[in-house]
Amino acid sequence: MERIGDEDGTSRAAPSREDMAVSPSHSAAPVRPPAAALDVDGLSLQFGGVKALDGVSLNVAAGSITALIGPNGAGKTSAFNAISGFYKPKTGTVKLDGEDITHVPARERAKLGLARTFQNIALFRGMTVLDNIKLGRHAHLNTNVFDAFLYWGRAKREEMELRAEIERDVIDFLELDHIRNVPVAILPYGLQKKVELARALAMRPRILMLDEPVAGMNREETEDMARAILDVREEWGISVLLVEHDMGMVMDISDHVCVLNFGRRIAAGTPAEVRANPDVIKAYLGSSGDPHKAAVEEVA
Amino acid sequence: MAVEFIDVVETSLAGLGTGALMALTGVAFVIIYKATKVINLAIGEMLMIGAFVFYGFSAGLSLPIWASVPLTLVVAAIIGGVIERTMIRPLMKDNPVSVFMVTIGLTSILIGVVELIWSAEPRRLPEFLPSQPIIIADAFIPSKTFYSFLIAAAVMAVLITVFAFWRGGIALRATATDRAAASSVGIDVPGVFSFSWMLAAVVAALAGILVGSVGGISSAMGLFGLSVFVVVIVGGLDSIAGALVAGLFIGWLEAMVGRFLGGEFKLLATFSILLVVLVVRPYGLFGTHEIERL
Repeated sequence: MERIGDEDGTSRAAPSREDMAVSPSHSAAPVRPPAAALDVDGLSLQFGGVKALDGVSLNVAAGSITALIGPNGAGKTSAFNAISGFYKPKTGTVKLDGEDITHVPARERAKLGLARTFQNIALFRGMTVLDNIKLGRHAHLNTNVFDAFLYWGRAKREEMELRAEIERDVIDFLELDHIRNVPVAILPYGLQKKVELARALAMRPRILMLDEPVAGMNREETEDMARAILDVREEWGISVLLVEHDMGMVMDISDHVCVLNFGRRIAAGTPAEVRANPDVIKAYLGSSGDPHKAAVEEVA
Repeated sequence: MAVEFIDVVETSLAGLGTGALMALTGVAFVIIYKATKVINLAIGEMLMIGAFVFYGFSAGLSLPIWASVPLTLVVAAIIGGVIERTMIRPLMKDNPVSVFMVTIGLTSILIGVVELIWSAEPRRLPEFLPSQPIIIADAFIPSKTFYSFLIAAAVMAVLITVFAFWRGGIALRATATDRAAASSVGIDVPGVFSFSWMLAAVVAALAGILVGSVGGISSAMGLFGLSVFVVVIVGGLDSIAGALVAGLFIGWLEAMVGRFLGGEFKLLATFSILLVVLVVRPYGLFGTHEIERL
């Protein structure tokens, strides 16, 4: 929480908390937590006899959009789950801004600023969009059960500030205002994915991890989501790590791409480098293939 | 046979007294279901062991009432925590039916433990509620019914307030809905599991003390739980307010039917209500109706 007031080096001054409380409609710039760098080194993971990950290393530079791609079963989601703390890797380390978090449980990683979405949407069904998004801030709130009685004022004020902040920084930002009170379960798929992104943003993450953010979306929804991800990086300045099948989208928005196949990293670099890498072409298209085709054809 | 008005009033009040205890036990059930989606068939037995622990402190060790009650609640919390840690959490990733079966086994274990320590004989709890009967207008209410109603009402009022205003309440719901998502937003999922089982055990033990002080205790008193299942299904498995309303209603209905139609109709009435509710509102009167997009 101390980091919230920090500025991120741009000329625009981040308003202090007090400023925000009195003039919530004034500033468009969210109070940004600084972007975090992620260093994954030699990650191995085994399910029974199957090596899901075999010494995978991966870096996400602070403020970058990094994509993790690979054919089906390459270990992308396994890597994702190991990084976010849902799987315990057999060997290897995960470092957030140089701090080793390999043995930190998932819920603590959330507090350190690591927010994620899920491949199969994991929203709190039965709750509204707003409740889902507000739960993203759960880890950061300071009031407890006794405050609800004793410090009625403080709990209430915190709630109001939270509400105003989420309205401005997350709901307006992602254009979800028209559905804020709708139960998430009745939303179309594309919007559910976006609500999940909103909940992750409400966590004020320093690194945002998106597991297949555009899977199953049509072109329009995909473009909308891609724009949202770019806007997040632009406005919030945070790092993004995404797993995705949609090659076109990955190549368009990523600064850095890392390719997995059979649990190993086979390539890493800029989109252009990866696209030209013969191993990548082989992994996606079999032995022969036009480099350009790998990017154009969407491998489902 | 003319039904006397005063008779109706007295029967109603006695029914509401029992109903409040059903409601309180129902709340204990709901707390667990709300947070962990576990259907705890052993709630009646958790009530029973609470009553026996209280018996142990107040009669066995002859401790005064102001020491026995808090000690009982502490022991109940520990029992709830141990049950969760040893029997429920290891099955967290398994399917709900396994956990449900485990709670059936738990009923036998709890009955066995109680019979080993205190034997299967019914016992009376020491008198601790004032024994002066209460007269409201002309209606006579047994004092134990009256005071246990008041205590149950006070406890439920506190619980309902807490769950309505405390933000942790929504964390419990979030945990029940999706554990992976809950831990991804920083909710302490194992902590929520422990907390809900401990709190439910405390509430059930309190209900056990009250039920036992009215009707005595025995290792079979967990059967009280059967009516409680009707209460929570009618009220909605995840609704504390539903448990309250349905508890009072079922308690009242059973008393009225038992008094005016005969004891053999009690269960008939209760389960008929259950059937009607299941047909008309399968998620209960106040339960969450999950809307599903197919």
